[in-house]
Amino acid sequence: MKSPWRPGRWLIILPPLLFLFVFFLVPFAFAFKISFAEAAPRVPPFTDVISWSADHHLQLAISLGNYKYLIADQVYGLAYLYSLRTAFFSTLICLLIGYPMAYAIARAPKSRQNLLLLVIMLPFWTSFLLRVYALEGLIRDNGFLNTVLLHLGLIHEPLRIMHTGVALYIGIVYSYLPFMVLPLFATLEKLDPILLEAASDLGSTPRRAFFDVTLPLSIPGVIAGSMLVFIPAVGEFVIPSLLGGPNNLMIGRVLWDEFFGNHDWPVASAVAIAFLLLLAAPIAIYQYYNVRQLEA
Amino acid sequence: MEGQSRAGLNTVLFAGVALLYLPILVLIGYSFNASPLVNVWGGFSTAWYGKLLHNRQLLQAAWLSLEVAIAASTFALLLGTLAAVALVRFARFRGRLLLTGMVNAPLVMPEIITGITQLLLFVSMVQLIGWPHRGFTTIVLSHVTFCSAYVTVTVQSRLQAADRSLEEAAMDLGASPLRAFLEVTLPIIAPALVSSWLLCFTLSLDDLVISSFVAGPGASTLPMVIYSKVKLGVSPDINALASLIVCAVGLCVLGAGYLMVRSDRRRAAEMRLAGS
Repeated sequence: MKSPWRPGRWLIILPPLLFLFVFFLVPFAFAFKISFAEAAPRVPPFTDVISWSADHHLQLAISLGNYKYLIADQVYGLAYLYSLRTAFFSTLICLLIGYPMAYAIARAPKSRQNLLLLVIMLPFWTSFLLRVYALEGLIRDNGFLNTVLLHLGLIHEPLRIMHTGVALYIGIVYSYLPFMVLPLFATLEKLDPILLEAASDLGSTPRRAFFDVTLPLSIPGVIAGSMLVFIPAVGEFVIPSLLGGPNNLMIGRVLWDEFFGNHDWPVASAVAIAFLLLLAAPIAIYQYYNVRQLEA
Repeated sequence: MEGQSRAGLNTVLFAGVALLYLPILVLIGYSFNASPLVNVWGGFSTAWYGKLLHNRQLLQAAWLSLEVAIAASTFALLLGTLAAVALVRFARFRGRLLLTGMVNAPLVMPEIITGITQLLLFVSMVQLIGWPHRGFTTIVLSHVTFCSAYVTVTVQSRLQAADRSLEEAAMDLGASPLRAFLEVTLPIIAPALVSSWLLCFTLSLDDLVISSFVAGPGASTLPMVIYSKVKLGVSPDINALASLIVCAVGLCVLGAGYLMVRSDRRRAAEMRLAGS
């Protein structure tokens, strides 16, 4: 069918396309370029990679020093690995808690589903920073949790949770749980109950029906939810900075310190580019499933 | 067996919801504590709320954040809706794949990467064309970028659900495509537009990481001030501020949710009437 919109369609397509191109995609090109520069005491604080010489020749001054430094200094490699590990296990915990939650909502009466979804989404709408801060009030050495447990006589000295890896996990799971529940709910809700009836008519127990029918059909939701938790969690800054200790060096924090502490913009760019390459595969997987789900 | 598993599921659901809300409730409780020491209950007091009104730095930052959030959500609504219309209505065009990618990537891109790359863009742009200087403009531009992605995703699913034949009927009756869109489809997607604007507003109001990179030395948004205070330790006036923000946002969201559910119901009722 010929679209009646044809003449005006570029008026609709071009503004968002150009805006996102300039302000989302082009920045990566600049970061890539500056990752080959060297720090210099000037404004902005790095050397020119591309410049015109006095006799109008294009000059390239590419320095691989930043990338060599990333490989040579163990801090970066360790922080990458630590971030990947933390994000992986947080995602797993989110999945283990989020799947039954999404399943319970999908099985709830239709009239109650909207309310339950709103309850799950409400924390997502309220400030992320403030929720992490609120969590600190809960798990601090003299916080709510320890006060209650001490009072009840269940423990005799406060649990040390703050500034440990455990605090990181609690923080990430607490902050990202809604991102896991929503995509899972979206796929579980679409699941046709007739399939489960058929499985049960054919003699399958509810447990078997779950593992043979429901779980395989909800895989797209599992992947979308996992990526929505995993990718931002790898680069998380606020949670390791407020809840983690000096040993919980996640890459987001290293990048922040490189930038605001050491003022080394070229090294920070190199860290960001290397980080992005590391995330390229999970982001591609997310895009693939997301596009497929939207067009289904 | 069936009943048992349902009870188990509901327990997990209840526990999960409790996990999401407990810290916020505790925080609100602390905000009414007269004692500045967090582990001592010094009686009920609203003194910390009063103190907020006299904190100039906080008020200034709050004002900047509000201005940024209003500007950014409005631009993002416009751009994001255009992108959603393009993606839903035009099956094939040059750059479709690029647009899809650029709309979805900001949703998962770690903020710290977006922040640093956008700062490098702004700094390089100033070198090349002398614009934009760091401050209000750069914060708004970067917020529009990630907010418009949320708008597109929300509006896109609503547009897909909207019945295309209504618009076609309007055009058969002589309406121009633009008029058919504005008078038929726009009211259908209006709740999605309202809720995306609100979502952008809260996301922008909340952003710490990207703003810290692009704001430059002169400007501080509310989350930047809160972060630097929180970093130094728990402070009771931040408890009060946090409680205020959380409650205000919570009420707005509940209101928006109520409006959306109501308009959905009304539309469903109208459709039933039209069908019978």
